[in-house]
Amino acid sequence: MAVQFRSADTVDFIVIGAGAAGGVVAKQLSTAGFTVVVLEQGPYLRERDFRHDEIGVINRAAITNDPALLPNTFRRTDSEPARKQRAVEYARLVGGGSVHFTANYWRFHESDFHERSLYGPIAGTGFADWPITYYDLEPYYTQAEEEIGVSGLAGSNPFDPPRSKPYPLPPMPVKSSGVLFDKGCAKLGLHSYPAPVAILSQPYRGRGACTHCGFCEYFGCEMRAKSSTLASVIPVAEKTGRCEIRPLSYVRRIQTGDDGRVTGAVYFDANRREIFQRARAVVVCANGAESPRLLLLSKSNRFPRGLANSSGAVGRYLMFDVGAEAFGLFPEPLNEYKSIQATRVCQDYYDADPKRGFYGGGGMDARFDFYPVLFGLAGLPPDAPKWGPEYKKMLARNFTRTMTILNHGTCLAMPKNTITLDPEVRDAWGLPAMRVTFQNHPDDLKSLEWMLEKQRAILDAAGAQKIWSAPVANVDYSVHLMGTCRMGNDPKTSVVNRWNQSHDIRNLFIVDGSSLVTCARQQPTATIQALAYRAAENMAKLAKAGEL
Amino acid sequence: MLAILPAGIALAAKPSYEYFDPAAAADIESIAALIIPATDTLGAREAGVIHFIDHALATVDRDQRAVYRAGLADLNVRVKARHPAAASFSKLDKSSQTQLIHDIENTPFFEHVRTHTILGFFGDPSYGGNRNEAGWKLIGFEGAHAYQPPFGVYDGRPR
Repeated sequence: MAVQFRSADTVDFIVIGAGAAGGVVAKQLSTAGFTVVVLEQGPYLRERDFRHDEIGVINRAAITNDPALLPNTFRRTDSEPARKQRAVEYARLVGGGSVHFTANYWRFHESDFHERSLYGPIAGTGFADWPITYYDLEPYYTQAEEEIGVSGLAGSNPFDPPRSKPYPLPPMPVKSSGVLFDKGCAKLGLHSYPAPVAILSQPYRGRGACTHCGFCEYFGCEMRAKSSTLASVIPVAEKTGRCEIRPLSYVRRIQTGDDGRVTGAVYFDANRREIFQRARAVVVCANGAESPRLLLLSKSNRFPRGLANSSGAVGRYLMFDVGAEAFGLFPEPLNEYKSIQATRVCQDYYDADPKRGFYGGGGMDARFDFYPVLFGLAGLPPDAPKWGPEYKKMLARNFTRTMTILNHGTCLAMPKNTITLDPEVRDAWGLPAMRVTFQNHPDDLKSLEWMLEKQRAILDAAGAQKIWSAPVANVDYSVHLMGTCRMGNDPKTSVVNRWNQSHDIRNLFIVDGSSLVTCARQQPTATIQALAYRAAENMAKLAKAGEL
Repeated sequence: MLAILPAGIALAAKPSYEYFDPAAAADIESIAALIIPATDTLGAREAGVIHFIDHALATVDRDQRAVYRAGLADLNVRVKARHPAAASFSKLDKSSQTQLIHDIENTPFFEHVRTHTILGFFGDPSYGGNRNEAGWKLIGFEGAHAYQPPFGVYDGRPR
């Protein structure tokens, strides 16, 4: 039986959010000897609760933020009215986004940490170097890969940064999309390689290998083969007897005392009773949209702009998941609905290049994001009929013969792209709803256009009979939520220091996508988890030294 | 044409609905059957899509009832205008129905019925549609819980 603390007990740490970062932080702190309560707004689902139910999971938000409970409003700029429109999506359960993600597990490159120095300033943006380097994070990328379980082939990507150890597991078997991608890339002199994924290609640490069921992206894994924190590190944390995962606990404010230090968190329990849990320190891991919202909701007389916000940077520099898909139709069945989404990646176009005339670049993967309903809704080329006998015939032919190349592009951090509190709309608990303001920098979109031509060329070289893509447009919906509590050395321009510790409040930490200074090429989870390992190690050090 | 109907489907008892009245159900089912018609394989009607839609409107998609009500009213006006003697959309012959759907194919109403039809045809059968996995069989989706490589033709060939 897992430990249960009383709210009147002062625990060492509260972790808010049991996701990719929160699970790691809870495991690190509890195994280091500290008591931890993890407050998670979503339910504690187990592997047996996960279903291959496309309608429930994708169309009806079974494990994500349900807009009926947690509405957000959206506008492109602050001169427009914000309207109710689901603009951010995150998983709302123990394990968070690591439960439903595609499980691409790319390290950032060395250059990602100092692109501002490499390419110079960009007007209207907060384009900046990180206060840490790739080499500060390298040991923690390695630790994350080992502890959660990542499959891949070290040395297969000539553009990968140096690594101290190979992946703990061999790569996943290649799918037909990967074989065709390899063929197209080889013809064009590009370097495709086996996708590194947080999915087990073989049994590992008491967990079973992937059975290739196909219900991977968007879904929870009933085999514990996807390396979510739910399957990997959270059980380790609970085993210490010092970590309580408290689900259905929706934090409404972080409390501070007369000395300006954090004293705990106030949350709604499953019965919407308000409970105050005391703690010596608080770690916010609520994701790049909910973390800034919570800090803004926690404003007080002493902190009128919200917690940790003397810089005014809380909620600013929002970066979205920017990418574009090219689709190809092939003569023979690929059966891409089987197994994981992506088995091949190419990073030849990853780095920015000033000669292109814009900042940008991207990684690409060969994949298939469709399930039967999604394919019926949007899987056919744009010139296909939308209904009738020909529509039906094309669905029957194309479902098994279609593949996607998705590029993962750049998104420049801009101060005008924000998470703020909506002045009118409230959530189901009566709290101000999240207001999202986002408009891409023109370079984000130029980069996507440029990448799309490369994707189409690969599909063509691979022998696609038909190739199509949607027009590039401003992104108004994102699952990767980044940049809103950025890391930096200067307390005047950043929210957390190089250890994910608030510049303003020393016993308050923020660890998730919000601390990212740049978003590299849109695969943030490996970096979020490496930061979590590194930050938690330092928290333990500070706590042991009595410095919190 | 429908000789391939599995036993039981053609003989299904007169359906009862949670939300629709029988006339509205017949009209919506006729539209669904134009979106995904029976051909040499089953269509939306045979897959029981109307029951998926009916249950959705009775429960989680209550907020779409107004669109359906307004859309059906508009459709009936169009039926009367073109075919004064017709009793309803569902009683028209297929080519007259097809013509009318072309007239409304860009309306929110049609978009809602189309989305519901696709959800009902390809979604999990536990929601009332996709009977006998008709949708999955159409597109070659096996619906198994585990697979082994090779998954497709290209990864099965020697490389």
